[in-house]
Amino acid sequence: MQQVVNGIFLGSIYALFALGYTLVFGVLDILNLAHAAVFMLAAFVALALVGHGLHILAAFPLAVLGAGLLGVLLERVAFRPLRARADSNISGLISSLAMATIFEAVAYLVWGPNVSRFPFGTIPESQFHLGGAVISRLQVTIIGVAVALFVALTWLVTRTRLGREVRAVAESPRAARVLGVDVDRVIAWSFLISSALGGAAGVLYALAFNAIQPDMGRGVELKGLAVIVLGGMGSMPGAVVAGFALGLTEVFVVANLGASWRDAVSFAGLFLILVLRPRGLFGAAALREA
Amino acid sequence: MMEGLADLYATYQSTLAYIGLNGLLALSIYTSLSCGQLALGNAGFAAIGAYAAALLTMNAGAPFPLALAAAAVVPALVAIPLGLPVLRLKGIFLAIATIGFGEVVRIGLVNWDYVNGAQGLVAIPQKASVGLIWIVLAAATLLLWRLRGSKWGFALEAIRQDEPAARTMGIDTASYKLAMLMLGAALAGLAGGLEAHFTFMVAPNGFGFSRVVDMLVFAVVGGIASVWGPLFGASFLTVLPEAMRDLAPLLGIEPGPLRMLVNGLILLAVILFLPQGLVSLGARWRERRAARARRAA
Amino acid sequence: MSACLEVRDLARAFGGVRAVDGASFSVLPGEVRGLIGPNGAGKTTVINLVSGLLAPSGGAILVEGREVQGLAPHRVASSGVARTFQNIRLFLDLTALDNVLVGQHRLRHPSLPSRLLGLPASRAEERQARERAAALLERVGLAERVHERARNLSYGEQRRVEIARALASEPRLLLLDEPTAGMNPVEVQAVAALIRQVAADGRSVLLVEHNVRLVMGVCDAITVLNFGKLIAEGRPAEVARDPAVVTAYLGTAK
Repeated sequence: MQQVVNGIFLGSIYALFALGYTLVFGVLDILNLAHAAVFMLAAFVALALVGHGLHILAAFPLAVLGAGLLGVLLERVAFRPLRARADSNISGLISSLAMATIFEAVAYLVWGPNVSRFPFGTIPESQFHLGGAVISRLQVTIIGVAVALFVALTWLVTRTRLGREVRAVAESPRAARVLGVDVDRVIAWSFLISSALGGAAGVLYALAFNAIQPDMGRGVELKGLAVIVLGGMGSMPGAVVAGFALGLTEVFVVANLGASWRDAVSFAGLFLILVLRPRGLFGAAALREA
Repeated sequence: MMEGLADLYATYQSTLAYIGLNGLLALSIYTSLSCGQLALGNAGFAAIGAYAAALLTMNAGAPFPLALAAAAVVPALVAIPLGLPVLRLKGIFLAIATIGFGEVVRIGLVNWDYVNGAQGLVAIPQKASVGLIWIVLAAATLLLWRLRGSKWGFALEAIRQDEPAARTMGIDTASYKLAMLMLGAALAGLAGGLEAHFTFMVAPNGFGFSRVVDMLVFAVVGGIASVWGPLFGASFLTVLPEAMRDLAPLLGIEPGPLRMLVNGLILLAVILFLPQGLVSLGARWRERRAARARRAA
Repeated sequence: MSACLEVRDLARAFGGVRAVDGASFSVLPGEVRGLIGPNGAGKTTVINLVSGLLAPSGGAILVEGREVQGLAPHRVASSGVARTFQNIRLFLDLTALDNVLVGQHRLRHPSLPSRLLGLPASRAEERQARERAAALLERVGLAERVHERARNLSYGEQRRVEIARALASEPRLLLLDEPTAGMNPVEVQAVAALIRQVAADGRSVLLVEHNVRLVMGVCDAITVLNFGKLIAEGRPAEVARDPAVVTAYLGTAK
């Protein structure tokens, strides 16, 4: 039971991270390898804001907004100039790698290589018991925030005008343009939302483990990849389900096989899915089915 | 004079070795890219080569040439069962599947007690000299360079530019792609085997995702239109941190992050403004000078 | 005389749409066979099926008596089939000559060690290959453009390089998918003459073309498709009079 709770908790962060990852993938067919760097920078921004005396409840949305703006910057610098190229998905992958490196270097220069922690008292410490499991208020809050963001995103994609435009661009940028959609604006918004989600995941992750480092995004980066592949590239419900599935599996693997096998789950899964069922567990359930 | 050279060599021996090793790794990425495949499993292949060679010399007492041959052959053989399914994947999906493969290799080694898990192997006999590394690199360069312009070179170029059209010309594209994956695996494995016997240690975490990113950056920064680009990129980005080591304190920052920052900026500038890589600067400059000469005439 | 190409009850559907729906016809050795029909009749699909880029959902394709349906394109090519593409698919970063060299792929058998060492044997083989390729480019009227990159050639020139590239494999069956689209009348004349020459060499040609005049002038026989089905077949003059053909083309005739 304790493990189920821990798994759901970890899974909600993976899902949040992967949701942003897969949103951009669904729209642009581009893998944004700087997503994890945004995840990391958002955590540092939240830390800096808390350091300036802000309450974490105020710092969190500000850091998320900052991450979103970082996403817009990323899009302008690293993706928009390449969009006309024939190999834009591969050159985009490389330019996002460059941005990831730059972001990480900036984090090293500003905050140094050591683990930074939130000041004592940022995070409420209270716990309660539920059916034999110990649950902290923080865990409940994190799962709650994650679920609220899933709901908000689903609403955004399925019920709003922007959501319809995002789906149209994902389907065919050219057709969307013919229909009068401002494709550049929609892509910029997709990056904003995607990076905001990645940033939210970063802040929650940092709170959960109370540890922030410039290279904290690396492990999550590859796991996020595993999650979006398992869930089906571009599939948002798939990303959420696969995120939770990975979180739960990892927790059980650590409990039963040992911590060093934890990462094997995601990569072996990723690898097998691509070989056996490249469309992912959720088939071609792309963004349009969200 | 000779003494001065010897000193210089002693000081920069490690840099010279890494120019060669990184050159091999950059070429290993280039082989697949030359037929349009972004395969990123080469850190895994390098690890397999390094461990295969090191175990042979340490535990089986095998002669070094045999170990080095194994460093090339074992990864190439592993590439077959990997390549058959994953080479059907396109573009980004191939990249992701091969990244997954690389990580599986790394994690497998971390959990393999026989090779000391995350600690890795130490006290590997030092058998690889700088000279040997450069000879292997020269041989690999010759092979890839002579391939261009041949029947096989044209077939690879055709696959890179338009795979279905190439198939209708009788080119067995699947075999070519597999052959290049195997060749890339062999080159990466050789680099791994040489590195293990140069630094006399290997550890799984030296072959993580960031290592394959380095290889890709070497190739892309140099340019992947010819065999010279990856070599230039690898040399340039291996020497650059050495050159910057004295610069970092002047700027009041750490050398590590400075190196990351500069690498990131160079990579970004190249992908945005010089898609053919730094080696294309030379050609551009010549063209511009020729144009100026024509105008003057 | 046995057919060079025989197509039996060929069928291919995309989703629910039957692009080719039970077509049968054959092409004799040395024959130029026109394949015409209104837009969407399934002509290009037939070419894609015969060349192996698509697998049929039913029926058989025989090249010189051997079944090739469902084989990979490179296997189809090695049984003597070459093609051009409706939307030209040259290797744009290669020169005209190098494109034709790629076309020679299945005929060349150089030795790898000899090439790696730059031995005279491999140099001689390459020189011969280049000479053959240059001769082909001369044959399609591009002697002066041999070393030009394909992307710098005009539309008509690109189409001619594509024909030369297809001929480079010395095919028994040449599939031409709208080879004169976008060409000026002089170029069209040259292509017509070239097609007749190819047939005179004993090669069969399956020609998909919208230029009715060219089809009537150059083909020995014509097969007409509409909605994936064969609606008429025969000599050009007979086909032109066929009421079914006239009906199919009404309003869409060019």
